[in-house]
Amino acid sequence: MPIKSYLAHPHSGKKEELIQALSSIEQCEIMPAQNKDVLILITETEDKVEEAILKEKLDTIESLKLLAMVSGFNTPQNN
Amino acid sequence: MYTSLTNRRKFIKRMAMLSAMTAAATMFPGILFADEQEKGIPNNANLDWKKAPCRFCGVGCGVLVGTENGKAVAVKGDPKSPVNKGLCCVKGYHSIMALYGKDRLTKPLVKKNGQYVETSMEEALDLVASKMKETIKDHGKDAVSIYGSGQWTIPDGYAASKLFKGCIGTNNVEANARLCMASAVTGFLTSFGIDEPMGCYEDIDYADVFFLWGNNMAEMHPVLFSRLLDQRQKRGVKIIDFATRTTRTSKASDKSILFKPQTDLAVANAICYEIIKNGWVNTSFVEKHCNFNKGLTNMGYGLEDNYKFKDKPEKIDFAAFKKFLEDYTPEKVEKISGVSVKDIKYMAAYYGDPNKKIMSLWCMGMNQHSRGTWINNLVYNIHLLTGKISTPGNSPFSLTGQPSACGTVREVGTLTHKLPHGVVMNKKHREFAAKIWDVPVENIPSKPTYHTVEMFRALDRGDIRFMWIQVTNPMVTMPKLKRYRDGAKKEGRFIVVSDIYPTPTTDIADVILPSAMWIEREGLYGNSERRTQHFEQMVNPPGEAMSDTWQIIEVAKRMGYEKQFYYKEETHIEEIYTEYRKHHDNKKHNMAPLEVLKSESGVLWPYVDGKSTKWRFNAKYDPACSNGEDFHFYGKPDGKAIIWQRPYEPAAEEPDSEYPYWLNTGRVVEHWHTGSMTRRIPVLHKAMPHAYVELHPDDAKRMQIKTGDNVKLTTRRGEIILPASINQRGVPAPMQVFVPFFDENLLINDITLDSFCPISKEPDYKKCAVKVEKA
Ligand code: SF4
Repeated sequence: MPIKSYLAHPHSGKKEELIQALSSIEQCEIMPAQNKDVLILITETEDKVEEAILKEKLDTIESLKLLAMVSGFNTPQNN
Repeated sequence: MYTSLTNRRKFIKRMAMLSAMTAAATMFPGILFADEQEKGIPNNANLDWKKAPCRFCGVGCGVLVGTENGKAVAVKGDPKSPVNKGLCCVKGYHSIMALYGKDRLTKPLVKKNGQYVETSMEEALDLVASKMKETIKDHGKDAVSIYGSGQWTIPDGYAASKLFKGCIGTNNVEANARLCMASAVTGFLTSFGIDEPMGCYEDIDYADVFFLWGNNMAEMHPVLFSRLLDQRQKRGVKIIDFATRTTRTSKASDKSILFKPQTDLAVANAICYEIIKNGWVNTSFVEKHCNFNKGLTNMGYGLEDNYKFKDKPEKIDFAAFKKFLEDYTPEKVEKISGVSVKDIKYMAAYYGDPNKKIMSLWCMGMNQHSRGTWINNLVYNIHLLTGKISTPGNSPFSLTGQPSACGTVREVGTLTHKLPHGVVMNKKHREFAAKIWDVPVENIPSKPTYHTVEMFRALDRGDIRFMWIQVTNPMVTMPKLKRYRDGAKKEGRFIVVSDIYPTPTTDIADVILPSAMWIEREGLYGNSERRTQHFEQMVNPPGEAMSDTWQIIEVAKRMGYEKQFYYKEETHIEEIYTEYRKHHDNKKHNMAPLEVLKSESGVLWPYVDGKSTKWRFNAKYDPACSNGEDFHFYGKPDGKAIIWQRPYEPAAEEPDSEYPYWLNTGRVVEHWHTGSMTRRIPVLHKAMPHAYVELHPDDAKRMQIKTGDNVKLTTRRGEIILPASINQRGVPAPMQVFVPFFDENLLINDITLDSFCPISKEPDYKKCAVKVEKA
């Protein structure tokens, strides 16, 4: 049951649009930054297949410029 | 925010969120997540928000704490605080959770027949007072001691100093800031004659280039580091990381330059050599405002008991200094330090460029150094030679790790040689303190006794029989720990520990006193930039927990010092602070009245004519300057700062064929020092549950070690097994390893060395020789 966190960067001037688009997806939870053009995206899916489908869906969002997975923060002690 | 993390998935999500926030904070300086701050605030909550300085590091961020029904339920950055402008790091965001760990100490515990037995506070305090009296009667006043902390509030430290130095009459007062800040203090005193930075955080807004001397700011001072990154985004400033290990800071900097441990001394001298050679000296500044001195060399490392050292400063001239630097040409220093000639010249060129404003920042890398005072002096030399000091943006700046290392330890003077104003060795200073304390001047001994390492050695030897430890965890932090742990457990020692959670230090206690933490009592902290901040009591402490200040007052009264400890329970913080201010009643150090501190997010001392002093020693900003010149280094009798001739000397223990690696120790962003508070915050504990050893990938490959494999570290003091970390958070240079010290279950200090800087007596936790094997 993967839970992943990303930094989602909108295209210029499209932050609100991106918030709307991501909010409508069931497996997504977001937290927009108050003062920067970026939002935190947390995805929660049942399995790898569902995750892959979600990833494809995210790729089609027009207001989304870049999705950067956050990694390395809680390693090496993430066991 | 701290509630209902029981659901595992929710918890993992929270973790994911936290990771993203941390990453975002590094990439987007000053980023704010309002939602995160408001999260956990109950719906329809009617919270009472009050300001406080953050409980954790020396940056001293202003936070707003929301309370409801007697409980702290939310915390957010205070947008009004000039320190952090609303931002917080992960520790700050979670700080209130540290109040509510399940195993908070709420009742006094007294050891009887090897078992801890609950007792009342009254009885416990009676016992502490009677044991102290008995020890003094049997073994003399220098057999009792107090060991406090840079987390002591200002009133805690003041009460301790007054009781021990003024009333009992022993200079056995020390604090853990000896382990982290002492070299900065002696650096300031030797170069300027007066302690603490001349500039302030506002320098960040003006500097063009930032040199980080062995300072992993991204993890240790995250909010300040975000201010540097913010300036880079706005103004294109340069950040240069000069370190022995590649860290998150190195990765976020414009340039990372690695040097071999201890050789920062040689590189700093090489920078001065280049500055002189290229004609970048600000001659008029140096002629008007600087003297040149040299001191003793080959001082040793303090490894033996009762080690003593006293420097003998000797005046030299510019020509002699220039001649001395001929040993430090970039070519020669490249061989010692591993820093290329090109990089040395690159650094020197920035320092030498008259059009660039430079801020040098440092913390433990320069302070926990067996030549800590020297390296502090050497960085000041660079700023003095170029005249880049005490003006907005030109600022050599030593950072602190604890919330009141400056406020309590350095300003109140809770070190063996110090008084709130001045030093015990000075008759006038003793007379001044005795008058305010209302004690006979003869009470205050004129000789310092033991600095921290020597204090624990004295406990081991039996010269000290009674030790009261407050808000600190020496049984995790002392170097060469095993000796001091065994010593503390010896027969005939009586140890009192005041703390909020059980720790390896409460394990050695005869009496454990539960303390009130942070906003459970009223107090004041002083941060790295001379900012004094007040906080009021917002919630009640649990059970019988009591503030450290009041514990000391209660014991003092029981020992017969009612006259000196006249304070009333409801108003004692105000009374103590008002009394304390008398010690600093002068233009060089005036502290703001309490009403001002209550209404503002702290102010900088010297606070003169209703104003903070942002840049000391600069006549434009500092009313204490009185020599009629632009600058006045009034800490020295002739008003001149000192440029010191200090050579490169090797560390106390360097790698050899038997122990071929360097061992370096330090901190991580999630945990605050020994983790006694942050390990009780589930999110932070989960993010960083245990210590590890970082190796360079080439070394790991050669030994076939992968991340997670067990690695055995052996030094002349002992051995420890830790999981490996390769290419993860930090990457040490080849033949070096790094271990964080927060984990009480993996005590790296059992194998570190207790060498120290002979002038500051601060141990060098960054360097000893170690053997590394796959376990
Ligand atoms: S940077 Fe330091 S003072 Fe600021 S929130 Fe973090 S721990 Fe607290």
